[in-house]
Amino acid sequence: MDIATQSIDGGFAEPVFNAQAVFRAIMDAMARPGTIQNLPPLARPPASLSATAGAVALSLCDNDTPVWLDPPLQAETSVKAWLGFHTGAPLANTPADAHFALIANPKEMAALDGFAQGTQEYPDRSTTLILLVDDLASGPSLLLEGPGIENTSMIAPPGMPRHFVEQWKQNNQRFPRGVDIILAAPGSLSCLPRTTRIKTMEA
Amino acid sequence: MNAQSTDIATYNFAYLDEQTKRMIRRAILKGIAIPGYQVPFASREMPMPYGWGTGGVQVTASIIGPDDVLKVIDQGADDTTNAVSIRAFFKKVAKVAVTTETAKASIIQTRHRIPEQPLSAGQVLVFQVPIPEPLRFLEPRETETRKMHALEEYGLMHVKLYEDIARHGRIATTYAYPVKVEGRYVMDPSPTPKFDNPKMHRSPALQLFGAGREKRIYAVPPFTDVVSLDFEDHPFEVQTFDQPCALCGAENVYLDEVILDDHGGHMFVCSDTDHCEKRRADGHHGHLAPETHSASEKMEPAE
Repeated sequence: MDIATQSIDGGFAEPVFNAQAVFRAIMDAMARPGTIQNLPPLARPPASLSATAGAVALSLCDNDTPVWLDPPLQAETSVKAWLGFHTGAPLANTPADAHFALIANPKEMAALDGFAQGTQEYPDRSTTLILLVDDLASGPSLLLEGPGIENTSMIAPPGMPRHFVEQWKQNNQRFPRGVDIILAAPGSLSCLPRTTRIKTMEA
Repeated sequence: MNAQSTDIATYNFAYLDEQTKRMIRRAILKGIAIPGYQVPFASREMPMPYGWGTGGVQVTASIIGPDDVLKVIDQGADDTTNAVSIRAFFKKVAKVAVTTETAKASIIQTRHRIPEQPLSAGQVLVFQVPIPEPLRFLEPRETETRKMHALEEYGLMHVKLYEDIARHGRIATTYAYPVKVEGRYVMDPSPTPKFDNPKMHRSPALQLFGAGREKRIYAVPPFTDVVSLDFEDHPFEVQTFDQPCALCGAENVYLDEVILDDHGGHMFVCSDTDHCEKRRADGHHGHLAPETHSASEKMEPAE
């Protein structure tokens, strides 16, 4: 399949209702960090972008939101063409310019503080990171607490960034500045807003 | 876009265009991630005047889907003009199911009340907000209030509450009573009576706030600390009523005064009409309830 066909195919079959369904899943996940929201594959992006991450991008990104792609995605012309055709989102030159960042390889990703953090006056001017993960259960357990969580909740995404727990603690300390994370796994997603604290589990 | 209609001219599902919805959705997500912080958004003109809930309507329109069940209340009542017209609006532009029963609704848009019945996880409460900035009447400049939020400088608000005490002997603020969210942002809970403030604290429901004219969206996620500002020697307390609801006999609920005649006759009734109707259907009686137990009393709100 040539790039032109690949970039045109694979959008939402029902743009209005699919975008709403994906948004509600993200909203519920953001409001209840650590809960896992199931999401049927509504988008079919080119291979290295997962269906879930593609659907998140389609429902949130448009020409107002510069998107940053990590090097593996950056290398794929088809991904750029697909996002460009379906969302119209410009590509951000640096992580600090991005409203959204799509990260196919979280393990090797740049430090969290390299992305836009917002300002003290406008903490909403920060990057939302969309991390592609294989699942939400097979990695090291993260015990979560904070707003949206009644007592504690737990997710265990594999292949998270290096020193993630330490980086996230620093992200917490920058509050109200900081980044938010959407974890996009096949068929499901979960969120870590900047208010969520990861409890380190001591034996 | 809209597969539901074959009319030549038709609105997109839920009235707003998709780009507007995306913009509002992004603002909602930021609001949830920064509880109590007012996210600026590009509020649209809506087919109703400012002050009629254009902010709440835009938030509802951006989150609502075909499977949602919508309840709209105005000062607690399902059958007042604002509630009826907004409910009819969404019935028309989104063809969603509507209800007056708190427990059955997935989205409750509200003007100035929180239902008496405790909300459950999965429900979304959408507030219509006139003035989102709690510091606005103390400091008119947006640049300054923004700086005050940035620096967490809320001394002025405490001075205001203190002046209340100096002048009236108690904190005289009875509605739009300022709260602190998750120990960081001071937030206007919208002009709900302070009676409802404790219901916001660690509520299992997601609470979203939309201010259309002032172009701000903010949010309180579920299970989030919402603490009313007070002083150690003047602790926050809610209104109490010395008589129960005249129709259903409910106590510890928020009551409205209804004038009955021009000789000073009045009664106090539940402001939450759904709560009051439910209780009457369950056989509770207040001292002014009609004696005849007519089952046909249960009325459908006018559309």
